[in-house]
Amino acid sequence: MSSSRGGNGCGGEGERQIHVLAVDDSSVDRAMIARILRSSKYRVTTVDSGKKALELLGLEPDVNMIITDYWMPEMTGYELLKRVKESSELREIPVVIMSSENVPNRINRCLAEGAEDFLLKPVRPSDVSRLCSRIR
Amino acid sequence: MELGSLQRRYIDFTTALFREGFLDNQYTQLQQLQDESNPEFVLEVVTLFFEDSEKLLDELSRTLDQQVVDYKKVDAHVHQLKGSSASIGAQRVKNVCMAFRNFCEERNQEGCLRCLQQVRQEYFLVKSKLETLFRLEKQILAAGGSVPVLW
Repeated sequence: MSSSRGGNGCGGEGERQIHVLAVDDSSVDRAMIARILRSSKYRVTTVDSGKKALELLGLEPDVNMIITDYWMPEMTGYELLKRVKESSELREIPVVIMSSENVPNRINRCLAEGAEDFLLKPVRPSDVSRLCSRIR
Repeated sequence: MELGSLQRRYIDFTTALFREGFLDNQYTQLQQLQDESNPEFVLEVVTLFFEDSEKLLDELSRTLDQQVVDYKKVDAHVHQLKGSSASIGAQRVKNVCMAFRNFCEERNQEGCLRCLQQVRQEYFLVKSKLETLFRLEKQILAAGGSVPVLW
């Protein structure tokens, strides 16, 4: 219960700290992804819906990466991805999709729409490390 | 109880939980994310799982009790329960959810009701096991010892 499993510090520090917006309607998964990202030194904001994500992004996007669940009520991660990529202010922000289902069509559709990566849930620290080199 | 026997009991109990399939490696992942700066991480996430699951189980009862069952809704709830149980490593609960989704797809009310009963059973079982585990950890710490790390 005491071992330190700090990530690889990929998130940076101080002013250069990378800010990730994590979107998931599951409270359990929000807690997990936030912890995993923070252990790699990312700064994390969590929201429980695509709608809230867009609201936050509309306010002051100092967000450097978005990581979102695919299956959410009202607005799916795919729909959120599309809205981000359609927006001139937001389209440069890398978007990573998470899903508990390994559906090749879904994965391809997301990647084709501009997703940076697709992670299978449950997400592990090693999955996040893999993102490190792409998000800079 | 003396520290040594508490720790031994903890080891035996945990080993059995994994051996009997109540927990899988994902629970170990949770434990590995806990450290001095996040000393209650496992408890926090598992508590969220308990709250979430009990809400979902109630919703499932309600939805399956309707005259005309909305299987899409049932499936959505089971999908959520499957996801959160997978996230904390509650393997048996997750496995019943998988069977449950098949019955949803077939619109098989009887099958669904059976699965609901089963998933409820598995959920309360794992809940009680985890509560015992947390209690043991607390007792060990109170006795001035450290919780054995089994990974």
